[in-house]
Amino acid sequence: MLHNNKTLLCSATALMAAMLATGSAQAGETMDAVKERGQVVCGVSTGLPGFSTPDDQGNWEGIDVDVCHGVAAAVFGDASKVQFVPLNAKERFTALQSGEIDVLSRNTTWTATRDTTLGLNFTGVSFYDGQGFLVKEALGVDSAKQLDGAAFCVQSGTTTELNLADYFQANDMSFEPVVFDTSDQTVGGFEAGRCDVLTSDTSQLNALRIKLADPSGAKVLPEVISKEPLGPVVRQGDDQWFNAVKWTLFAMINAEEMGISSENADELKNSDKPGIARFMGSEGNFGEAMGLPADWAYSIVSQVGNYGEVFDRNVGAGSPLNIERGINALWTEGGIQYAPPIR
Amino acid sequence: MTTPSSPPPRGETPPFWRDPAKRALLFQALMLAALFMVVGFIVSNTLENLDARGITTGFGFLNDTAGFGIVQSLIDYTPQSSYGRTFLVGLLNTLLVSALGVFAATVIGFLMGIARLSPNWLIARIAGAYVEIFRNIPLLLQIFFWYFAVLRSLPSPRDSMSLGEAVFLNIRGLVVPAPVGGPGFVWTLVALAVAVIAAIVLVRWNRRRQEATGDRLPAGWISAGMIVALPALVFVASGMPLTWDLPKLGGFNFSGGITVLPELLALWLALSIYTGAFIAEIVRSGIQAVSHGQTEAARALSLSGGMTLRLVVIPQAMRVIIPPLTSQYLNLIKNSSLATAIGYPDLVSVFAGTTLNQTGQAIEVIMMTMAVYLTLSLLVSMFMNWFNARMALVER
Repeated sequence: MLHNNKTLLCSATALMAAMLATGSAQAGETMDAVKERGQVVCGVSTGLPGFSTPDDQGNWEGIDVDVCHGVAAAVFGDASKVQFVPLNAKERFTALQSGEIDVLSRNTTWTATRDTTLGLNFTGVSFYDGQGFLVKEALGVDSAKQLDGAAFCVQSGTTTELNLADYFQANDMSFEPVVFDTSDQTVGGFEAGRCDVLTSDTSQLNALRIKLADPSGAKVLPEVISKEPLGPVVRQGDDQWFNAVKWTLFAMINAEEMGISSENADELKNSDKPGIARFMGSEGNFGEAMGLPADWAYSIVSQVGNYGEVFDRNVGAGSPLNIERGINALWTEGGIQYAPPIR
Repeated sequence: MTTPSSPPPRGETPPFWRDPAKRALLFQALMLAALFMVVGFIVSNTLENLDARGITTGFGFLNDTAGFGIVQSLIDYTPQSSYGRTFLVGLLNTLLVSALGVFAATVIGFLMGIARLSPNWLIARIAGAYVEIFRNIPLLLQIFFWYFAVLRSLPSPRDSMSLGEAVFLNIRGLVVPAPVGGPGFVWTLVALAVAVIAAIVLVRWNRRRQEATGDRLPAGWISAGMIVALPALVFVASGMPLTWDLPKLGGFNFSGGITVLPELLALWLALSIYTGAFIAEIVRSGIQAVSHGQTEAARALSLSGGMTLRLVVIPQAMRVIIPPLTSQYLNLIKNSSLATAIGYPDLVSVFAGTTLNQTGQAIEVIMMTMAVYLTLSLLVSMFMNWFNARMALVER
């Protein structure tokens, strides 16, 4: 009896000691972990046309996907060193907080709550969007103000749900929310007639309208009821990684501004124009403080493209969505995409 | 094994380190202290890490405004209500679908279990087919079947299937007239409650009277008559204060009446039919567990078939049925969390889904949700254990 109790006590103490030895988890250096792993782990959506969606070969494409390719190009010089993790709206922040992914590039709206209370930081805005409504033509409504009492298909846990409630309260109308987990289910519900209106970011509504069985039978209402600045997110407390992701996007925007694209990047690599030389890394060393190689920006543009190319091929004129640049154009061309200078 | 310590010499208590009882106490106290230290370490480590990463902790978020709508709520709820209120709304929705599911599953299960033992070959085979099919298909697929394959093919509100212009079935749900009690309707409800209590008292009194004198009144018929007649009398006497709020088609959907969501219907159907198949097998095993000698002896004593079943077979069968039945009820309650797959706003979907995502406080929200399911399950099993003890045969 005594022997058994002693064994028990000893094993309990050993267990406790082992647990204490693991200690409290450090907010580790993400850049070191990424370099050691050899690839960037990028959280994306489960399939949103134009932003992050797998094609029929299983390769991911979209604006958010290209941002992650850019980060990989900056860190490794090879844009293909990315692993994509599809996440739905409920899991996305927990996956980033827990360290399962390095960067969340999943058409996430930058809001005060998400920026301050979750231990996360937004690194910039890759797409300025707004929330709108998609209705069937047969419903016979022309404006969102005529939607009192309608049923709305929304995705659970998004700013879409909140903006909808705000808009209807502000206009003294009521609505019925039908909540689904993924955007595919919301489209299914809308098509089957479970709800009258599909509400989401207008970029999405344009994409989804094309995928309907009868695209001309649905239209996007003119009202845009909210601001939805979408951008990549990283964990707080790791400023080096934060800078790397932030400047990846800024490099793409600066490249478009300076006229550098994936086509002429090689020619311009050895240019002696000061702005371009600084960009390409032949003058100065802006990558060092971020833990990136000197030609980080050149890798991004030559392998992924500048912001304009990324926009065009995913959501713009070169894609089925055919969304206009609008406010996503450069500040020099009437839009609000503006990046600080690399100097 | 150690040799037992020799008893202390008379009149002298040993020092505590040689007294086995006290030693055992000491080690148990140490283990308890170790357990508290481990748990305390885990909690404080978690809080420290959350703080280091800038993630908010605490339950203060329960007072913040929710800001989102919920399509079905048994209590008042608006998007300006707090997150604490969303917790209550989700909890009530879970309780609603669980209660409906438990009731329907029990009815289906008992019917199918007894049907499977029927001497009629066709009925027995049909019941057997039902059990084998619905036991073996995953519940999530059954939910999807009911929701996407069946209820999605219903027509739009403007072309609803209707029954007498009062009950409508369409893709937005089942709309039935809502009873609206006028002034004095509460007396009818009071009369109903009184009649039910009187019926219970009558049945008990009747049983005692039979044991004492051997006479019994037809208590079943008398109670049925009371439960129907007494409220009806009061209802008529108070001027029939009941109006119906009929559903009317206007704008996008019906207004007025009570709407039963297709999500609720699909979840209820799937849960009841799935769990009913398991309960059918439990009932069948319970009845077959009663040895055939009991039935033969009852018949030899000239008890009729119905009385044999009611007085001899079922009481013995219930002892075998109730423990696994408890497990099935608990399974049903937990399986109701699959509501997130089709958008029924139950606790997991509303609280551990939307609220968790909007506030980002995963640990607090998940802990609260787990505590709710744990409490519900413990309450149900406590009740069933009490019921089981009551049904236990007193053996002499």
